Amino acid sequence: MELEHACQCAQINEEELYPKLEELIEQHKGKPTELIMALHKAQNLFGYLPKKAQEIISERLNVPMSTVCGVISFYSFFSTVPKGRHSIRVCLGTACYVRGSQHTLERVEKELNIKVGGTTEDRRFSLDVVRCIGACGLAPAMLVDNDVYGRVKSTKIMDILKNYE
Amino acid sequence: MNIVRNHILISIDAGTIMAGAKAVEDALIKELTKYGLDKEVSVLETGSLGITGRGVVLVVYPEGIYYANVTVRDVPELVEEHLLKGRPLKRLILTEAPKRTIVTKEKTGLLKEQPRIVLRNCGFINPENIDEYIAAGGYEAIAKALHGMTPEDVVNEVKASGLMGRGGAGFPTGLKWEFAIKTPGEEKFVICNADEGEPGTFKDRLILEGDPHKLIEGMLLAGYAIGAQTGFVYIRGEYGLSIERIEKAIADARTYGLLGKNILDSNFRFDIFVKKGAGAYICGEETALIESLEGKRGHPRNKPPFPINAGLWGKPTLVNNVETLANIPEIIKNGAEWYRGYGTDKCPGTKVYTILGHVQTPGLIEAEMGTTLKEIIFEYGGGIKDGKAFKGALIGGAAGAFISSEMLDVKMDFVNLREYAAALGSGAILVMNEDTDMVDMLKNVLHFFKHESCGHCVPCRLGTAKLVEIIDNIAVSKGKKEDLDSLLEITQAMKSASFCPLGQSVSLPVSSALKYFRDEFMARVS
Repeated sequence: MELEHACQCAQINEEELYPKLEELIEQHKGKPTELIMALHKAQNLFGYLPKKAQEIISERLNVPMSTVCGVISFYSFFSTVPKGRHSIRVCLGTACYVRGSQHTLERVEKELNIKVGGTTEDRRFSLDVVRCIGACGLAPAMLVDNDVYGRVKSTKIMDILKNYE
Repeated sequence: MNIVRNHILISIDAGTIMAGAKAVEDALIKELTKYGLDKEVSVLETGSLGITGRGVVLVVYPEGIYYANVTVRDVPELVEEHLLKGRPLKRLILTEAPKRTIVTKEKTGLLKEQPRIVLRNCGFINPENIDEYIAAGGYEAIAKALHGMTPEDVVNEVKASGLMGRGGAGFPTGLKWEFAIKTPGEEKFVICNADEGEPGTFKDRLILEGDPHKLIEGMLLAGYAIGAQTGFVYIRGEYGLSIERIEKAIADARTYGLLGKNILDSNFRFDIFVKKGAGAYICGEETALIESLEGKRGHPRNKPPFPINAGLWGKPTLVNNVETLANIPEIIKNGAEWYRGYGTDKCPGTKVYTILGHVQTPGLIEAEMGTTLKEIIFEYGGGIKDGKAFKGALIGGAAGAFISSEMLDVKMDFVNLREYAAALGSGAILVMNEDTDMVDMLKNVLHFFKHESCGHCVPCRLGTAKLVEIIDNIAVSKGKKEDLDSLLEITQAMKSASFCPLGQSVSLPVSSALKYFRDEFMARVS
């Protein structure tokens, strides 16, 4: 995870990460059933799944590229486009929705001037919605990276986000 | 040896960590050391105390006093008043703290006592310490089974207990195990379904975070009963702390020889591996889960063959929910008769609920099967927030049913609710007050289904898209009266023709919302 935040210049550092990827997926070599675990590791490393990483995983695990793509597109956790340094995920599960998380989402969209699925120009934040993160007692909830924020008030959003550079 | 006079149990779960539980814990230790009380008062980490949305929660024993919303700033006063001078700090005491009957008899609040079977240890032991689980009677059930019961005995005990699967469908667990034991096969698997994705549900997460060894013991018993040697826990990728705790618990159990070869000097061998999901609601369906475990897209499979005959890699596979498995050790240890003493005749035992929405005290509770909804909302949940009136509830998550106040007296269990065309499902109870817009709520549910439809079969893929189109129109008052009939017609078709329970279950929220809150929908259409 640290690596993800360390990269200031994505283009150059990405290349440097490939040996690390090889190392991480060594234990999954030749095991097609461990594709999802390998993709988790790659996404943790790069922050998304670059095509080259997909190709390496495809070859090392002995899984056709078509299957790799199929799996990536199926699971909402995986992304093939670069994401911001920090991911904001607003929960729209029923419990959060009834407590007004739609307003939270609209406020984030307005403040950052991006839509759901988008990334800010400076690649600081990406915005997504999730359907229930199991923090319903704290509704409306929002995740920034792995930190859960509960009882999010629209007016407090920028205070929360300013902690993430 | 030090004599410890007070224990402070501090709840460390995802919610309280966010509220700063770790900092409070550090501050407590520092403050106690300052007064030289650190040898007399021990601070222990535990799982969820079942209270959510109340900041940092801790309980001081032997008094059994619950404190909520504790901040670092409160710590000096708390230590000085309660632990030095012995005067409980009134302003932070949580008066509605839950009572439990099985483990202790303390009287800490006004609410009904909760018979705790599944959550027995949650909030009492340190979930990261295997010794504490053992001290609380843990791993006694597997010892009893390995040294005195045949696998058939174990299956028969579970069957006699009447336990029904707690994942949502309520299939009799003993029957499933019986099928599994009768299926021939060299290699069999036990899978724990911890892909808790039903909106409004987090009971499995808190069981995993609060008492992970109970799940391991449940899986061991299942493995012994059906003749499996390998188990998998398929867990949501979002559940970071749960993954951490279950992995630590597995490693500790291996060190203690409770997983691996020759468990407790028997010939039984069993090991457990954790697999992370990647964000797909459909993977809670058992065959889709198996596909995902095999590293593929999580499309559901044709049934039959059922996983019990041909599951993971085509081998006989038993899939049980976290809560189901957490019931097993207590059933084996205390016997089926004891278990049947709880709940109703047709549906024995307890159920873990998450109670949410517009209630005073949202949280996690365990109640006997057959408890009325009224009791759950008004006694456990403390009634409706801000003095508003109760309007309705959504029971069992998105794939559940909307109900109105006329259903408040219905006894909640798997069998009884079926008669009312509702379902207990995952045990999520989302309470809505008089201000709630039911059209908007149904819209949210339908958007959820559209998003999570896996695209495998036509009725679900197109059906959910069409439903969303219609409800979006109704929500902005552009719908027609006939649209309401279309909603019912489409979900009816989906119920008969969809490939898996995801598409089939959409009819439940739609038909119930239209049944109980038809007026509100009529007001929006022309």
